[in-house]
Amino acid sequence: MPDLGKYAAEVLTAYGASAVLIVALVWMSWARGAKVKRQLAEAEKEARNG
Amino acid sequence: MSLWEYANPAKFMGLSARVLPVVAVLSGVCLAVGLIWGFFLTPDDFRQGSTVKIIYLHVPSAMMAINAWVMMLVASLIWLIRRHHVSALAARAAAPVGMVMTLIALATGAIWGQPMWGTWWAWDPRLTSFLILFLFYLGYIALWEAIEDPDTAADLTSVLCLVGSVFAALSRYAVNFWNQGLHQGASLSLDKKENVSDVFWFPLLVCIAGFVLLFLALVLMRTRTEIRSRRLHALRMRARMG
Repeated sequence: MPDLGKYAAEVLTAYGASAVLIVALVWMSWARGAKVKRQLAEAEKEARNG
Repeated sequence: MSLWEYANPAKFMGLSARVLPVVAVLSGVCLAVGLIWGFFLTPDDFRQGSTVKIIYLHVPSAMMAINAWVMMLVASLIWLIRRHHVSALAARAAAPVGMVMTLIALATGAIWGQPMWGTWWAWDPRLTSFLILFLFYLGYIALWEAIEDPDTAADLTSVLCLVGSVFAALSRYAVNFWNQGLHQGASLSLDKKENVSDVFWFPLLVCIAGFVLLFLALVLMRTRTEIRSRRLHALRMRARMG
């Protein structure tokens, strides 16, 4: 860990906040994608079976 | 072969299925290398101390906040002129990504500004235009959600995107239009004297590449979801009607 001196709190907060936002965005995009893919597969199966 | 062939959802799904994993892995590698290099292996700035390390998040996210809107503008124009559904869905898919990039730029800017300027916020031209750009992102996303008919939603959000482009341009060029304000000029320049020092420049370039690739990966992933969601909606409507 580098010595961040008197600005350690600011630097770590900036990195922490950005990491939280990016991880949340990636997770939400992936989760919605997986949910819609599953629902579409079910709907297509139902459509094929009449 | 024409680029317009990829406006066909089936062709787009086929191509994006092959491209997405590569882009996602490259994005992860660039972000990891750039951020580790910048955070652990670069020195403090002689004036700004260790806060200079915030540059590896602030500058790429601010660039992507504006560039995402430019991408949405191009996609919206394609929708308005050629009526390709994939372009409208790509614009919709990009909006939350651009919004988060704008939020990261605003948050890291405030955190950086407090120790350097003595304030979290100032009604500086660049900061203010960025805040307005963020509000445009929120409005754009809300408009998509509020309108049931997808073509009408695409039309209206495209018009909103054209209007918001003024603020995207202002966010980029505000420091050139107005001399007053706290925010410095561009950190990246072809002019050696204006550009940041090489020791910060190279890891910053890697981080910018990482953010561009992350944006591309997320837009591809979300556009694929939007296409599937449109098909799901059509199937459900068909089932309901008979």
